[in-house]
Amino acid sequence: MIVGRGNEAGARLFREWFDGLTRAAEEQRGAAYVFVMGSLAELLRVFDFPIVFPEINSLQAAVRRVAHEYLNEAENYGYSPDICGYVKADVATQLRGGQHPMGKIPKPALAVCTNACNTYIKWGEIWERMYGMPMFTLDIPGSRGAGLASPRGGEDFERDRRYIEGQLTELIALCERVSGKRFDIDKLREHMGWANAMSQGWARVLELNRSRPAVFNALSDGTIYLGVANGFRGAREGAAFFTDLVEEMSHKAFRGIGTATTEKWRLLFVGVPCYPIFRRFSELFSDWGGVFVNSTYLWFASGGANLGFTYDLARPLESLAEGILLGVRDAMDSMFFQTDALVHMLDDFAADGVVYHPIKSCRTVSTGLADSRRALMAARDVPSLFVESDMMDRRVVSEAQMKNRIDAFFEGLAARRHQALATA
Amino acid sequence: MNAVFPEWRDQPLDELLYRSRELIEDTDFPTVRRWREQGGKVVGHFQVYFPEEIAHAGGLLPFKVRGAPVEPTQADSRFGSYLCSIIKTSLELALSKRVELDLFVTHPICDAARNLAGVWGRNAAYPCRILYLPQNPNSAFAAAYLRDEYDRVRRVCEAIAGRAITDDDLRRSLAVFNENRALLRRLYALRRERPWLLPADDAYVLLALGGVLPREEHNALLRTVLPLLDERAAPRQDKVRVVLEGGFCEQPPLDLLRAIARSCYVVDDDLLIGLRWLTSDVPADGDPLGALATAYLERSAHSPVQHDLRKPKDRMLLERLDEAKAQAAILMAAKMCEPGLEELVVHTRALDRRGVRYFVSEFEENMTSFDTLEIQLETFVENLLFD
Repeated sequence: MIVGRGNEAGARLFREWFDGLTRAAEEQRGAAYVFVMGSLAELLRVFDFPIVFPEINSLQAAVRRVAHEYLNEAENYGYSPDICGYVKADVATQLRGGQHPMGKIPKPALAVCTNACNTYIKWGEIWERMYGMPMFTLDIPGSRGAGLASPRGGEDFERDRRYIEGQLTELIALCERVSGKRFDIDKLREHMGWANAMSQGWARVLELNRSRPAVFNALSDGTIYLGVANGFRGAREGAAFFTDLVEEMSHKAFRGIGTATTEKWRLLFVGVPCYPIFRRFSELFSDWGGVFVNSTYLWFASGGANLGFTYDLARPLESLAEGILLGVRDAMDSMFFQTDALVHMLDDFAADGVVYHPIKSCRTVSTGLADSRRALMAARDVPSLFVESDMMDRRVVSEAQMKNRIDAFFEGLAARRHQALATA
Repeated sequence: MNAVFPEWRDQPLDELLYRSRELIEDTDFPTVRRWREQGGKVVGHFQVYFPEEIAHAGGLLPFKVRGAPVEPTQADSRFGSYLCSIIKTSLELALSKRVELDLFVTHPICDAARNLAGVWGRNAAYPCRILYLPQNPNSAFAAAYLRDEYDRVRRVCEAIAGRAITDDDLRRSLAVFNENRALLRRLYALRRERPWLLPADDAYVLLALGGVLPREEHNALLRTVLPLLDERAAPRQDKVRVVLEGGFCEQPPLDLLRAIARSCYVVDDDLLIGLRWLTSDVPADGDPLGALATAYLERSAHSPVQHDLRKPKDRMLLERLDEAKAQAAILMAAKMCEPGLEELVVHTRALDRRGVRYFVSEFEENMTSFDTLEIQLETFVENLLFD
């Protein structure tokens, strides 16, 4: 059965991943702690580090409806209610010796934090103090302004790329020291090859959702695929998953098989999902026949893998630096300068409306969304909804209030369509 | 250019301080307006650090964008909830045209501020740029990268200035700023050595002037005021020596500093730390941009928003306390300021381990009532004095 294969395989891979982490924790193997925007998993796998994504651990705690226990524990430790909930859930996980609803999380042997989110760096400093392990900050310069991403191959781009490549050589030396293993460039090529297959697959899957009806829901199904794109980046299983997923989505697109029973509204999602009530949050839209056909989340939270960048395996380090620069820079642009991308998305995916969901926990994503919405409204006459809650903290999630707003949004969409038909 | 702040000239110390305080509290930023009225151009740069020498070398006025106690009536609709005040009020200054700029530069110091270039750029007609200062200052490749970044800033400033900014221009500016740094070091040394001569609010005002004045004017004022402070007839009182931490970005209201000064001698702080970021002279010979970049990386202060393996946050606070011979710490965080709030955990634990007493509070630049805080602070001080 090809339809539904991706969701099942994704869930299985996740269980296997956390089982592996539990084994690593029990064997007291130190892990590489990384983040979704610039994980460098393809490089870290060369040294056989178990890979831990604390953001994904925290997300899983929220989806499993226990985030509040972790948040309370971190707040009792001293962390403010007004900081990132992902950080606090992880602090509590560490305080519990790695105990997590999905298994046991091994302690870090090193952490790699990019500057794509400032909280990454503050977060790494927490582990540094807790465990005294090395923390490596990979500095990735972003666009210096709206529409100012330096063109690939140009002088400014090359400067940034060289800076990253230099840092990668320093990171490799650190990994050798921490792991006690020599760097093997052919092994890097192998992992980069799998990352290539994943990136190309991810880009193709996103593209296939232009089909009508949409072949997957970017909010619910998309989050599963995103998890695999991150957790299995540079791994053989990840490459195989995306090869299969492209096949499944192509099959659905060819046969007109949609993700929803009745697709009435094609929507774009901007922000981060509401994980404490994830299923219900998704249903609030799908009950009205709303399907999310794309989202900026699937771009930035994949570290820019949506670009489908292909590493040149003949010059792996240069190309790795180039790919990281392009990917992470694009992830940042998707958060800070997304207006033009959304305009194109509206056309490419024939979307009927845009849902903005800023969250308390993540200022990186949320700070500019109100203004971004104003800019999009000025550029295009498209209905939009702006509803705030959180990705971790159910204390700031008001389901009833949210439902009212969402219901009104769909009523507005219906009235608009009715009016358009009447005047046609 | 005529002086943009001539009011302090030929005034006795108290009057000079009064007029300086009035200027710092003026949310219409008259010195910036006067500069523009004379045809000058202005580069606004958001907290914490910006290499102001580059703008100065192009004849531009570097203006430190540090928010203001104003109501963000227009800016509010551009942002979501759960944000610090400085983000909103800084944009409000631009939207309300209290401050008119020719260029705005921001550095992604935190998750909120890194959105500022995007938001500002969508609402302003002039260029808005991001300066990516290195977050990996421990890399052997950071200095070359930063030197190139500064060269990029030079090119952007040249376009605003309408002329080339030569290395000699930069060297002249380095000399002006070196003098400024030396004068500020003297100001802070005075606070540490004889804090009864320089209460926290006065010290802050004298420092903050650097963000709204051409540096030559700031230098002239400091050169005049330092000897006057030295001779100030102020009695030494039995106050606790404290370090104030938490003012690296959003600024506490002056009245809050005044309230603290009533019961404490603030012997060091991190208020507007960007104005004191470089801790020694920058060599004016050789490559000026390279020297400026090296100084940022190798001879600089610390803040919660710069990661440097050589500057662990807990140790840096303890060093600041030791160097200032402080008895206690006042730890503050701006409301909704993530880096500041996260640092509270680090700092309180470090002080607990050392056995140093501390007072913790949140603040907002727009707050107007300090009675409760002052009572709490007095209780804290009494506990210290009579324990």
